[in-house]
Amino acid sequence: MTAIETSKRPELDEGGMGYLQSVPRRVVTVYLPLLIFVIVLLFPFYWMTITAVKPNLEMTDYANFNPFWVVHPTLEHIRYLLFETSYPGWLLNTIIISTAATFLSLLAAVFAAYAIERLRFSGARQVGLAVFLAYLVPPSILFIPLSVMVFNLGLYDTPFALILTYPTFLIPFCTWLLMGYFRSIPFELEECALIDGASRWQILTKIVLPLSVPGLISAGIFAFTLSWNEFIYALTFIQSSENKTVPVGVLTELVRSDVYEWGALMAGALIGSLPVVVLYSFFVEHYVSSMTGAVKE
Amino acid sequence: MAVTSAAAQPRRSTLSRILTFVSESHNALGFGFMLPAAALLLVFLTYPLGLGVWLGFTDARIGRPGIFIGIENYEYLWDDAVFWLSVFNTLLYTISASILKFVLGLWLALILNQNLPFKSFFRAIVLLPWVVPTVLSAIAFWWIYDSQFSILSWALMEMGLIDHRINFLGDPENARASVIAANVWRGIPFVAITLLAGLQTIPQSLYEAATLDGASRWQLFRYVTLPLLTPIIAITMTFSVLFTFTDFQLIYVLTRGGPVNATHLMATLSFQRGISGGQLGEGAAIAVAMIPFLLAAILFSYFGLQRRKWQQGGGD
Repeated sequence: MTAIETSKRPELDEGGMGYLQSVPRRVVTVYLPLLIFVIVLLFPFYWMTITAVKPNLEMTDYANFNPFWVVHPTLEHIRYLLFETSYPGWLLNTIIISTAATFLSLLAAVFAAYAIERLRFSGARQVGLAVFLAYLVPPSILFIPLSVMVFNLGLYDTPFALILTYPTFLIPFCTWLLMGYFRSIPFELEECALIDGASRWQILTKIVLPLSVPGLISAGIFAFTLSWNEFIYALTFIQSSENKTVPVGVLTELVRSDVYEWGALMAGALIGSLPVVVLYSFFVEHYVSSMTGAVKE
Repeated sequence: MAVTSAAAQPRRSTLSRILTFVSESHNALGFGFMLPAAALLLVFLTYPLGLGVWLGFTDARIGRPGIFIGIENYEYLWDDAVFWLSVFNTLLYTISASILKFVLGLWLALILNQNLPFKSFFRAIVLLPWVVPTVLSAIAFWWIYDSQFSILSWALMEMGLIDHRINFLGDPENARASVIAANVWRGIPFVAITLLAGLQTIPQSLYEAATLDGASRWQLFRYVTLPLLTPIIAITMTFSVLFTFTDFQLIYVLTRGGPVNATHLMATLSFQRGISGGQLGEGAAIAVAMIPFLLAAILFSYFGLQRRKWQQGGGD
């Protein structure tokens, strides 16, 4: 509050008038709640990790071993998971399905977003609104009719059932995100290119797309994460063990009898989470900024 | 455009004439560009939506196309106590989880908006529950809520707060509270990060002006932060409510609707009757019954937002 304290901070930064608060007050109003939030939000991951490397003996003996720690870490659960279950196959399925669905959706979304945002065909606004509404249609009300369709099309229990249905929620989302990105590209650039005789296709591939690489990356990551996490379609449309995705496989195949293999389950959950976490941590700045960009509309 | 038409000028085939027409007409080009997305969405989204409504009027089962039976499914559901219980559960789940997510998420956003060391690190950490596949984090919660080896029970017993294990998922009331807690845990990051984005668009000068006018911290929040944040709150909460209302994964992992249907949501009941039970028609009818609630939620937030804006504009 003193003059010295204010002069220590040359300009008002994002924290704004935080300097008006005394240190003890900041501890109570900011750091303590933040600490509790972080602990609560991260504890399940810690618990997942610690259980995945805990021997079965320690896992159920709370009297002799402190459950929050592990005395003799073991890779037994992970070995079991990788070599005695179909887990690697599920990982591969999930990677293939997520990648294919992401590419398909991105491709369709780039064209759609460009058309809605820049070609300004008649009814573009209405189409844009329809795309937004499509995003609001939840999978929970589509899975029954889609399962009938998937069955009739002969796609049941094949990866194509998921590759073709995931775009229903990926395309609206990616289109919406990319529309925001395309809007930020100055019109003048396109006008110049048009005057220089570029076709729409050339404008798209040589001007708009290179400028919107960050948007494409974040849309791609979002789409990949969403399809990696998808559950209800994968649960409904896939029957055989070898075609399952990670979330479905872990839940339906690793939980068999009354004796739950908690170690293997947690290892499965951990390894299944890692790819999206790694992917996301590489691009976290894109992620946050595009998310906020998409919301700012 | 010029490139293609110049090359095709000497002998204008039908194809090149079509190409020229398409690239010169915004509508035709727009149509062509929209085609892939529109085709996928029409076939796999719009058509199933209609098919779902139709299935709700039939007695279709797995492996047998049904015949039209009018509103028989709905009549049956109307007298079905379990269905109404699931409606009640869904509303309870949605309303309580959304309120908690909003309050805690806004609080977290306000904290993260402070001038913190390692700010971006915290922002990244906080998003984790939202990034990780719901089913997999729900499995972690399942283990946390285990009836015998729950770490929460153990910790509370060690601290002397309780004297016997909590039956998190076996008792109806506890099970409801547990699934809501897990849902809130997963939903806080999304709310917090989107609201944080909104907070960062509020100009500092407004706070400075209000402080000079002698506004208290509460007044700063109530008369500066909250009004300017309302549009983003409305969007964020619409999404949050929508996804909570149609939640399926968390319940399916943690309780599958039990104990005694106390945590059955409409989505899980629809799955249980439609896919596990094979009564596609009835399951579709339950899913269709969710639509009015969803529309109500969307319209409520949309018009609530519009009106609010208008009032603010008119009031000034």
